[in-house]
Amino acid sequence: MKIVVLVKHVPDATADRTFDPSDNTTDRTGVDGLLSELDEYAVEEALKIVDAGHDSGGVEVIAMTMGPDGASDAVKKALQMGADSGVHVLDDALHGSDALATARVLAAAVGTVGEVDLVLTGMASTDGSMSVVPAMLAEYLDLPHVGFVGELTVSESSVTCRRDGDVASQTVEAALPAIVSVTDQINEPRYPSFKGIMAAKKKPVQTWSLADLGVDAGAVGLDAALSVVREVVKRPERSQGEVVTDEGDGGVRLAEFLAARKFV
Amino acid sequence: MGEILVLVDHVDGVVRKTTTELLTIARRAGDPVAVFLGSGYDDAARQVLASYGATKVYVADAPELEEFLVAPKAEALAQAATACGAVAVLVTASAEGKEIAARLAVKLGSGVITDATDVAADLTTTQSVFAGGYTVAAQVPSGVAVIAVKPNAATPEPSPSSPAEEKLAVTISDSARRARIVARAPRAATGRPELTEAAIVVSGGRGTGGDFGPVEELADALGGAVGASRAAVDSGWYPHAYQVGQTGKTVSPQLYLAAGISGAIQHRAGMQTSKTIVAVNKDPEAPIFAMADFGVVGDLHTILPQVTAEVRKRKA
Ligand SMILES: Cc1cc2nc3c(=O)[nH]c(=O)nc-3n(C[C@H](O)[C@H](O)[C@H](O)COP(=O)(O)OP(=O)(O)OC[C@H]3O[C@@H](n4cnc5c(N)ncnc54)[C@H](O)[C@@H]3O)c2cc1C
Ligand SMILES: Nc1ncnc2c1ncn2[C@@H]1O[C@H](COP(=O)(O)O)[C@@H](O)[C@H]1O
Repeated sequence: MKIVVLVKHVPDATADRTFDPSDNTTDRTGVDGLLSELDEYAVEEALKIVDAGHDSGGVEVIAMTMGPDGASDAVKKALQMGADSGVHVLDDALHGSDALATARVLAAAVGTVGEVDLVLTGMASTDGSMSVVPAMLAEYLDLPHVGFVGELTVSESSVTCRRDGDVASQTVEAALPAIVSVTDQINEPRYPSFKGIMAAKKKPVQTWSLADLGVDAGAVGLDAALSVVREVVKRPERSQGEVVTDEGDGGVRLAEFLAARKFV
Repeated sequence: MGEILVLVDHVDGVVRKTTTELLTIARRAGDPVAVFLGSGYDDAARQVLASYGATKVYVADAPELEEFLVAPKAEALAQAATACGAVAVLVTASAEGKEIAARLAVKLGSGVITDATDVAADLTTTQSVFAGGYTVAAQVPSGVAVIAVKPNAATPEPSPSSPAEEKLAVTISDSARRARIVARAPRAATGRPELTEAAIVVSGGRGTGGDFGPVEELADALGGAVGASRAAVDSGWYPHAYQVGQTGKTVSPQLYLAAGISGAIQHRAGMQTSKTIVAVNKDPEAPIFAMADFGVVGDLHTILPQVTAEVRKRKA
């Protein structure tokens, strides 16, 4: 069984994330990046399938990213966790790509890998957090997609997924090959072990350009984007209001505040 | 002005409030055309769509729309968009809504914008990004704009109309029949307002120590919804459906009360745009206080019941 896990490299959420003022794109160089935390769950889920070892033919896990130079760090982290090999789609023409272009390029890259049984992704990237790339990928690759999966069971020919929605929890089945995006409810991602970190250094990572994928550079990047950011405004910090220490009447004072603001 | 498609968000025919928000927004930009997919379309549904100004209602009912996940709905919506030459499509920014938007964008070759907190008459959207740190104005410059709009993005304004009704005969491809829903367990109703729609949300975190009783009682006294931090959800104290934050729900109520929640960036991402924020925490250094309009440093186990009693007294 061959599994591709999509891993995005994103600016650290705990750092001061910002935009490139020249073109309103996410600043990916001035801020430290890391493997999008929500994609760790996808990597872990792939490794669990390896650990379960129920495919007699063996399970191969390929970590794939699209992004600038530093994005290979996301692949590296996945390799340290235990993925077998990596793919980094790297091309200057990709700068400013929207979700559609991203999905189109990742679809071409998955196609280039060859016979893939399962594509695992996170539920959302922690920077764009659109939750659209996996469903778009399903359209481009013409594969079934199950999103927001909180529990996954994989057999040699199908997936069974629990998807917790707003009004109901659904059980969904699809035949392989399929695309599954997982939530942070699905597992507890492992930390890379020392052995894993050492082993990752020897694992192969391929770097592919748009030409390698046969994707036209004119179809991606900022100029081809079908949604455009017109303006970016830093939200004024919320200012701190009154904070009182409870001296037995804290609840009453809170209620008074609520009444003054007409909530009672 | 053109036709603006609004995908009706409903549960077995009962139209959700978010749909009335989308219709209100659509009226700013053009003629709202409602698309009702699945079974359950009845007088009550018709009434809601007419009260909020739909100029036309497409109804498509096919078993595939309920037997399979998302893909058939995206196909039906694409057919509706083509049938009326829509200039834009609005859907609710729920998990399913975003997946429908994603597929629709590929089918129509359109740009997509998710999580809009407002949409102007020229279809320029407002979004809150990076955990609420920035406000972004965006646009789909050409083609059909596909926009997933967050709950509470507009106050629903009635505008009675008498929409024409049209049955939409949809063709669902084999490709769209591959993720089959084999079982469905409805979520138990709580009797409280829907978390994402509520005007008041009272949330509990690790500081509750596992007892959500005082949080629920205060929520009920205020007529609000209950939320939870991920720490509380991960501990098994409250269901994930009530998690507020990056990987839970985004809420934007008039009042958000955080009890025993530290205010991590991932939690803030889900409540930062609340109008008024109130915090109860025993740690005066908790980051949540820095964004609170009012805070009490102390033990929530004594403070919350006191607030509840006081609120009840004032309401009596
Ligand atoms: C990828 C990712 C996604 C995430 N998504 C989310 C998300 O969607 N939502 C979310 O909430 N978190 C999310 N988190 C987790 C987040 O980082 C925090 O760990 C979490 O919000 C902490 O929850 P908490 O505030 O309840 O717990 P803590 O941080 O442990 O805070 C508990 C607070 O309770 C106070 N307290 C303790 N006892 C009492 C008492 N008796 N009375 C009053 N106060 C008391 C303490 O002083 C403390 O401030 C995410 C993390 C990651 C990495
Ligand atoms: N540039 C990228 N490289 C690799 N994976 C990506 C990329 N963009 C998105 N993804 C995958 O798609 C998921 C959803 O992303 P998004 O639609 O941007 O929220 C992420 O969790 C990743 O698994």
